[in-house]
Amino acid sequence: MSKFEALTGDNAVAMAMRQINPDVVAAYPITPQTETVEFFAEYVADGLVDTEFVCVESEHSAMSACVGASAAGARVMTATSANGLALMWEIVYIAASLRCPIVMSVVNRALSGPINIHCDHSDVMGMRDSGWIILFSESGQEAYDNTIQAVRIAEHPDVLLPVAVCQDGFITSHAMERVEVYDDSDVKAFVGAYGPRWPLLDLEHPKTYGPLDFYDYYYEHKRQQVEAMEHAQGVILEMAEEFNRKFNRDYGLFEPYRLEDAEVAVIAANSTAGTAKVVVDALRAEGLKVGLLKPRVFRPFPAQELVDALRHLKAVAVMDRSISFGAMDNAGPLYLELVAALAAHSVHMPVADYVYGLGGRDIRPGEVERVFRQTLEMAETGQAARRVTYLGVRE
Amino acid sequence: MTQLKGWREIPIGGMILAAGSAVEYRTGGWRAFRPVFGETACIHCMQCWLFCPDSSILVDVENENMTGFDLAYCKGCGICASVCPVNAKVMRETGEALKRDDSRLCIRMVEEGKFKEQGDEQIRSTDWR
Repeated sequence: MSKFEALTGDNAVAMAMRQINPDVVAAYPITPQTETVEFFAEYVADGLVDTEFVCVESEHSAMSACVGASAAGARVMTATSANGLALMWEIVYIAASLRCPIVMSVVNRALSGPINIHCDHSDVMGMRDSGWIILFSESGQEAYDNTIQAVRIAEHPDVLLPVAVCQDGFITSHAMERVEVYDDSDVKAFVGAYGPRWPLLDLEHPKTYGPLDFYDYYYEHKRQQVEAMEHAQGVILEMAEEFNRKFNRDYGLFEPYRLEDAEVAVIAANSTAGTAKVVVDALRAEGLKVGLLKPRVFRPFPAQELVDALRHLKAVAVMDRSISFGAMDNAGPLYLELVAALAAHSVHMPVADYVYGLGGRDIRPGEVERVFRQTLEMAETGQAARRVTYLGVRE
Repeated sequence: MTQLKGWREIPIGGMILAAGSAVEYRTGGWRAFRPVFGETACIHCMQCWLFCPDSSILVDVENENMTGFDLAYCKGCGICASVCPVNAKVMRETGEALKRDDSRLCIRMVEEGKFKEQGDEQIRSTDWR
């Protein structure tokens, strides 16, 4: 029997980790992820898990220990935020390249500077080309659910890639919410036992991980990573279907909210999607045909499916909680990928980008409403008055 | 040169799924200086065998003799020549730094280019796998 508990988003992830009972967790504390590691350390101390918990001296070492343990054949998890993720950088790429199915909770926080500990998505957006699968979570519940599914996705033999499960720093990581925690045995049955295919510790079959890989074979190994990413989308859906059936959820590549008969839509990831849903309901009550698309899977980017879900709309606004400095119009990464997807599939409609909430700046329903009303104007005029707006910044 | 394989035909992530595969990589091609064995000077102390960073010192195990170099893998680093006590003795007696072509030396490091015309029969390789 599942039960409802009052949990912070960080605690919800730690709860999932307890139920998954990974072989190795190597992590270093960094706000706002620290709570996850603290809760998990408690589970280790209380003997609730069999995990070898490695207290390292930096995130570079944390991810290095994760890669080593994963290559050895262990089921491995970790957690980080912002500057911690940045310190892992070199090994983040190596984890994906060596095909280590590590699951990492990324509690999104602004990547300095000046120093800031609050939410935006500049940390995870930096790792978007690293070869990791990236999932977004609106709430603590979704962070919990995604963490459980991530283990299966990462370890699938057609994938074997690391997965980052994101949630918004403080907004969901430290907000206590109602979280449905499934029965331990149901979660354990869902994730199953890990059977590593090429464990280093299998001494009967000696092997080498990470040798020099030059111009003669490196390129082929990168091509293999593309193949794994291509398989990942199907596997993510397959796991979601199984999870939805078992735990009565409704996960897919993204969540459409009142989108089917909408004329305009906003695209917003993580916690802001929750705010946007409230605004959608209010505007719908006024008779305005507005909807929301909440991305769940950011890597691999489901371009075709997103285009199909949006092609009936008259205008779209993307909300980006980070800036790709120097990119086209200094827009955000979500907008850039979405307009590219629409153009590649020859779908033409006005699309505007709204950068918002940097460094934890609050995003209020009134601001999201303004985005919707401007998007309705775009639908009427057939063009975006401004391609990129820095919402909520003081002039 | 062996035929290079396509991305579907090789293990993922650059993994090498067998032990001892280094034997397939004939690193002797890196060599700029070749060690030449002065058989009569050798006292078979095995210092070169001990210090060789590869496994390029060939040894007759039964007779406990140093017999030459495995040129398929010797990169020509010269460590064997520098740790050789016979070489050291020659240098002390002559009061000179090690001369590459001194015939009294046990191990001489000679420019690889000088051996080009001699071909592959010089290169021996142990099948230690």
